[in-house]
Amino acid sequence: MVRDIEDIVVSTLSRFLIPFMQVFSLYVFAHGHSSPGGGFQGGCIMAAAFILIVIAYDLREAKRRFKEKALLIFCCLGVFIYVGTGFLCLLLGSNFLDYSILSKVLPADPVKARYYGMAMIELGVQITVMAIMLSIFLDLVTKGEHEGALEEDV
Amino acid sequence: MFEYILSKYNYWMYIVIILIGFYAMMAKGNFMKKLIGMGIFQWAIIFYFMSIGAKRGASIHIVGGHGAAHTAVQAAEIINPLPSVLMLTAIVVAVATTGITLSIIILIFKRYGTLDEDEITMPK
Amino acid sequence: MKKVLAFIAIIITGALLVYGVEDFPKWADPNQPASLHVSPRYIEHALDETAVPNLVTAILADYRGFDTMFETAVIFTAGIVVMMLLRRPRKW
Repeated sequence: MVRDIEDIVVSTLSRFLIPFMQVFSLYVFAHGHSSPGGGFQGGCIMAAAFILIVIAYDLREAKRRFKEKALLIFCCLGVFIYVGTGFLCLLLGSNFLDYSILSKVLPADPVKARYYGMAMIELGVQITVMAIMLSIFLDLVTKGEHEGALEEDV
Repeated sequence: MFEYILSKYNYWMYIVIILIGFYAMMAKGNFMKKLIGMGIFQWAIIFYFMSIGAKRGASIHIVGGHGAAHTAVQAAEIINPLPSVLMLTAIVVAVATTGITLSIIILIFKRYGTLDEDEITMPK
Repeated sequence: MKKVLAFIAIIITGALLVYGVEDFPKWADPNQPASLHVSPRYIEHALDETAVPNLVTAILADYRGFDTMFETAVIFTAGIVVMMLLRRPRKW
């Protein structure tokens, strides 16, 4: 998807929309505890913001904003954060994914520690969903070849 | 008789959508149309499960209200949150299977040059 | 021929589904079995035990957090499978 001509209307509108979509996805994730939202919803909106860069501009522009290596690292980082929180609860002496024991390391009582444990795992879910949605889209749209836009690493 | 049909009308609607998706999966020859039929089938099942959680005269499942003091929550005034929770997982599974099916369709097209079911399984 | 067989299969499946609707509860009935066993316990005690007002997030991330972990593994595996199916190694 390397094009010579940009469409004026789409590229101008997406200049306004893309930063707003990214901030809105973080808002939806951060308010997941008191209003509808959470990890999955925020991750999908963030992936949609990057897909809008591919649609309105070039594939190379999207790759410059989000490198291929960073995408692969982000895929694994989210699952690692989720399982890491569970293991932290296991190391502190309680069951797997039992967040009330986190009150030993965080400055909160056991009821509020469950609140913070949920926020940590929702962060992991959002990072993974965002990276995987973008990765599946880039693979399907270029049939795996990425048209020479992959970095020249051997 | 009419009361029986009217009080369960959500089930009739979802049965119609399920049969439409099922017909598209079986009778259409193009693989992309079969994939769309599978998508219709999956979403009809998700809607059916979400409709189980409704309760007459209840409000949404965000409790707590404003301020620090909150009264006790009655179970008959809040709609059932469990079907929504289970269907969040089902939606992500639907997205995953759609992505993998699309990549398999790309491989079929690279190998055979066509996406028609009859030309692939019974070549001339 | 294929469409005739598809129609027969549709009619049989439709008849079975319509026959099964007879046992389902009415729409928006407060006493249906789906709202009776474990769901009232979640609704009444979630705010006191977890301090999270959104019940769906509380159930998804705390009471059923194990299922969410495997579901994250499912979406991760799907991304890896798409990478494995479509990318080819470059010629050295």
